[in-house]
Amino acid sequence: MAATTVSPVKDREDILIEEQGFDDHFHDHHHGDRFQSNFIMKYVFSMDHKIIAKQFLITGMFWGLIGAAMSVIFRLQLGFPEESLTWLKPLLGQWIVVNDAGIGTLAPEFYYALVTMHGTILVFFVLTAGLSGTFSNLLIPLQVGARDMASPMLNMLSYWFFFLSGVVMFASLFLSTGPFAGGWTAYPPLSELPQASSGSGAGMTMWTVSLVLFVVSVLLGGINYVTTVLNLRTKGMTMWRLPLTIWAFFVTAIIGILSFPVLASAFFLVMCDRGLGTSFFLSEIFIGGQALDNVGGSPILYQHLFWFLGHPEVYIIILPAMGLVSEVLSVHARKPIFGYKAMVYSILAIAFLAFIVWAHHMFMSGVNPFIANFFVLFTLIIAVPSAVKVFNWITTVYRGNIRFNSASMFAIGFVSMFISGGLTGIFLGNSAIDIQLHDTYFVVAHFHIVMGVAAFFGMFAGIYHWFPKMYGRFMNETIGKIHFWGTFVGAYAIFWPMHYLGLAGVPRRYYSFELFDAFAHFDNMNKFITVAAILVFLVQVLFVVNFFYSIFKGKLVTTKNPWGATTIEWTTPINPGHGNWPGKIPTVHRWAYDYGKDGKEFVSQIEPLAAGEVSDGEGAHH
Amino acid sequence: MTSLLIILCLILIGIVVVQIGRLTELASSIRGEGEAQLEANDFHGKMMFAFMIVFLPACAISALYYQDSLLAYGPHTSASDHGSLIDSSFNITLFFTSIVFFLTHIALFWFSYKYRGKSDGKAAFMPHDNKLELIWTAIPAIVMFYLVSDGLVTWNKVMADVPAEAVVGQDYTEIHAQGMQFAWNLRYPGPDGVLGATNYKMIGGSNPIGQDWNDVENLDDFHPSEIVLPVGKPVRVRITARDVLHNFYLPHFRVKMDAVPGMPTYFVFTPNTTTEEYRQRLGALDRDGNPMYPEWHEPADETEPNGPKRWETFQYELACAELCGKGHFSMRREVKIVSEEEYEEWLGTQNSYYLTTIRNTDSDPFKGQLLDTEIKARKSEFNDNIQKALASDVDKIIRLKYVNFETGSANLTALSRYELDNVVAAMGKYPTVTIEVAGHTDSTGSLEGNVALSDARANSVAAYLTSKGVASSRLRAVGYGPNKPVDTNDTDDGRANNRRTELEILTQ
Repeated sequence: MAATTVSPVKDREDILIEEQGFDDHFHDHHHGDRFQSNFIMKYVFSMDHKIIAKQFLITGMFWGLIGAAMSVIFRLQLGFPEESLTWLKPLLGQWIVVNDAGIGTLAPEFYYALVTMHGTILVFFVLTAGLSGTFSNLLIPLQVGARDMASPMLNMLSYWFFFLSGVVMFASLFLSTGPFAGGWTAYPPLSELPQASSGSGAGMTMWTVSLVLFVVSVLLGGINYVTTVLNLRTKGMTMWRLPLTIWAFFVTAIIGILSFPVLASAFFLVMCDRGLGTSFFLSEIFIGGQALDNVGGSPILYQHLFWFLGHPEVYIIILPAMGLVSEVLSVHARKPIFGYKAMVYSILAIAFLAFIVWAHHMFMSGVNPFIANFFVLFTLIIAVPSAVKVFNWITTVYRGNIRFNSASMFAIGFVSMFISGGLTGIFLGNSAIDIQLHDTYFVVAHFHIVMGVAAFFGMFAGIYHWFPKMYGRFMNETIGKIHFWGTFVGAYAIFWPMHYLGLAGVPRRYYSFELFDAFAHFDNMNKFITVAAILVFLVQVLFVVNFFYSIFKGKLVTTKNPWGATTIEWTTPINPGHGNWPGKIPTVHRWAYDYGKDGKEFVSQIEPLAAGEVSDGEGAHH
Repeated sequence: MTSLLIILCLILIGIVVVQIGRLTELASSIRGEGEAQLEANDFHGKMMFAFMIVFLPACAISALYYQDSLLAYGPHTSASDHGSLIDSSFNITLFFTSIVFFLTHIALFWFSYKYRGKSDGKAAFMPHDNKLELIWTAIPAIVMFYLVSDGLVTWNKVMADVPAEAVVGQDYTEIHAQGMQFAWNLRYPGPDGVLGATNYKMIGGSNPIGQDWNDVENLDDFHPSEIVLPVGKPVRVRITARDVLHNFYLPHFRVKMDAVPGMPTYFVFTPNTTTEEYRQRLGALDRDGNPMYPEWHEPADETEPNGPKRWETFQYELACAELCGKGHFSMRREVKIVSEEEYEEWLGTQNSYYLTTIRNTDSDPFKGQLLDTEIKARKSEFNDNIQKALASDVDKIIRLKYVNFETGSANLTALSRYELDNVVAAMGKYPTVTIEVAGHTDSTGSLEGNVALSDARANSVAAYLTSKGVASSRLRAVGYGPNKPVDTNDTDDGRANNRRTELEILTQ
């Protein structure tokens, strides 16, 4: 297992790049390299998309652990409400209230703060920044054949705004009045009135500041992704030759650019209400013993603005995962992704529909019931492109020669999760059924499976698959497979029973179920869910250990293209330097999915077409 | 100490797993990577199959296991008319999604198992098939079209407001639920059937909902501690919030609607199962006399094994289903559905919030005035008193109510005429009756002064009665001063009781 250096004998890819590649004279001017000259420039304020990707990933993992640990703490409250939590006092301090008998209980305010932070952190910091930030950065330049992002500077700022946003959010955890506790959706008036919840004071101020910084990060990143995909594709890389990963990141970035500003505007109005005495979202409120002067505002308006981002946001989370899974499944099934164009069109259809379904989160919010007629229709139409994608993934597996490893197993697991969680969306998107299920555990089960667990599975598939490209080493496969089975079985164990809780009418966001006869009799199920959650959390810790262990001690990558993949990131050196390709950038001649074609196991995108051969992505039919 | 041990154990387990990971990696590199990959393909391909064999039946069996706890199944059929429509939409959706769930999962795991990588395996090159794409676009589209149509028909039926021509109080009952941190305030319209106006600026102190007491429709509204409704009659719940968002949630009735500050919302539903009927359903026995739902036959209170069973104490519940702060989980009220007769009986026991709590306090805009209802009620009370006095041999004295004089004078206050008109009417009705009008004072002040004042006051009552046509021959006015006390003169209350105007029947 001695470390192998790159073979001095040039392989076919190198020769192809040298013969056919495009010379952009990148390495003639070393102006880019001076930004790599010292440690700080290279690893901290780096402008290299590959380093920035790692920064996003590791920051995302940090937040992932914190967010998951929070869920374990509030699951302890739900599963074992009578057990003493005094042992958490050193960590949580005043939020564990210890009675005379020495029994420590979690303060309800902090339970809600944990739930709120868990949602905010997972949705924004982990599954938006950690997922899309990581892989858009890593793969867009590498897979379209670019030296770097269109603007490395903005790209760097995108990470540091995210970092800053995280710092503000992290600091808010230590406020004496507690972090924001009004739910990740931050509905006013609860989020605007410190009299209504102690977390709505400084906690909410920091929450909004943090998320506005986050919006800046997403926009800087998004503009870069879109520009790079549109302008920096290498010679021959037409849009129809892009791998599905790039299509997914590209469309995700567009959705983000169009929807995140609306979120920011909602937050600005919240700030005005909080600081300047305006009444955008406040009307006729009596609280803390006095009637407020605010009249004429509407809390519903906030919900419209929030969900105008909030719904596209779930596609911002899931589309990159879909792209990663499409690529990973195809590579390891050794088959072309089935229905490439249908996959692209369904991404576009989902993205379009994502903007006209937001009010399905608001069927029971008091909006005129009439408008549900439109939102139900558009919402359930999304099932069609989603179903097309599922059928195409399954058909990709069909008649493959599947290489089972951590990456491909997480990709298969993703498809299962997406089916399970997607189908329950058909219940919730139907306003009539939503009357009963809205804000119950059925919703918790639905969105955790479809955009929580599924998105994580896509992310894990991506990490295991591209780890060799990031670090020149493999992650440990045995631990990876334990990670997969533990997470796959465990995630179903956590979330499947929640459907039954929801169908029994149990509302979400309850600190305790004891006060209601209708909700109080599911103790065993709640214990089971909590135990499963703890185990799944420990399995994730194992993943983190594997990740860092493998960075330093993982099995070395000895060939440039260890998976036998067609996409061009695997034509770069094992440890690609600044500019990605040492010489010319490769020219692309075909789509990204020539696996098993004409008896060859795979044909790289840089392989010229044989006489009479056509590239399948561009509409040729067999 | 235990937690330290647990942490140590976890770290050890972690190290063991990492070591196993290293070892297997080493072993596979000795054996050859291709070989190891093929073994992994075989093992995990089979694991996928095994997972399917366990997972899919587990989904079905767990659903059956929990069936009786789920709303819409077992004993929990909907307790409202519209609820069964929602439950049926749910079941239609469940039917289609279950088919898709099982078929796609079988395909996914079966293909994963069957096409696990083999040394002689070869993937087929099949990039696309437009016919297949068309089929699996069209089929979901058709199913979705059906589900959308079914759902929207149900939705528009369920969410419709009461018809414009429906009369509140007759065709439907309107009640008011106001969410606050952290309780539901309930309000019923009282006998007039109409809820009075509210204004959030009037909330405070003894006025939790902000009722405008100038609106006479508020005066009979009452605030019960639970929702009681007659079975089979439509109810329109007016839903409001006074601080933050709440949600009016009645799980057994499939009712849910946000309460929004500044924007009243509503939900219309018709309960169709009384609490008692629902209890019978939960406690039902099968043909052999065994409980159909054993969990409902457990004692309601664990500490009292012989106490009432859970089904016997079942209550419908009102909950909050929109995060409203740290007490969100505690906004419980009981809901009782009863027969029409029981409902009327219950209404009879409820008292107007205004009359019991607000009347004649500083918040009462009608303080010091008489309400029509009070005048009417006094009139019938007075007539009863007259009849009793006529029938009695000893008790011939009737105390007059609301007959008052300006301080230190014999001038009648304006409100006195209502009672005196009752006297005039009675004198007309019983033409043979003669009466004595007696003035009484407390013992404060000089005896002569008090006697003179009470005499003057009795005379001014007599003068009013004669002015209304009562013959002066049937009247005798006497001032007794403090000489005939009915109570102690040592307390304010006692003195107030002694200051009075009475009427005694002399002959009849």
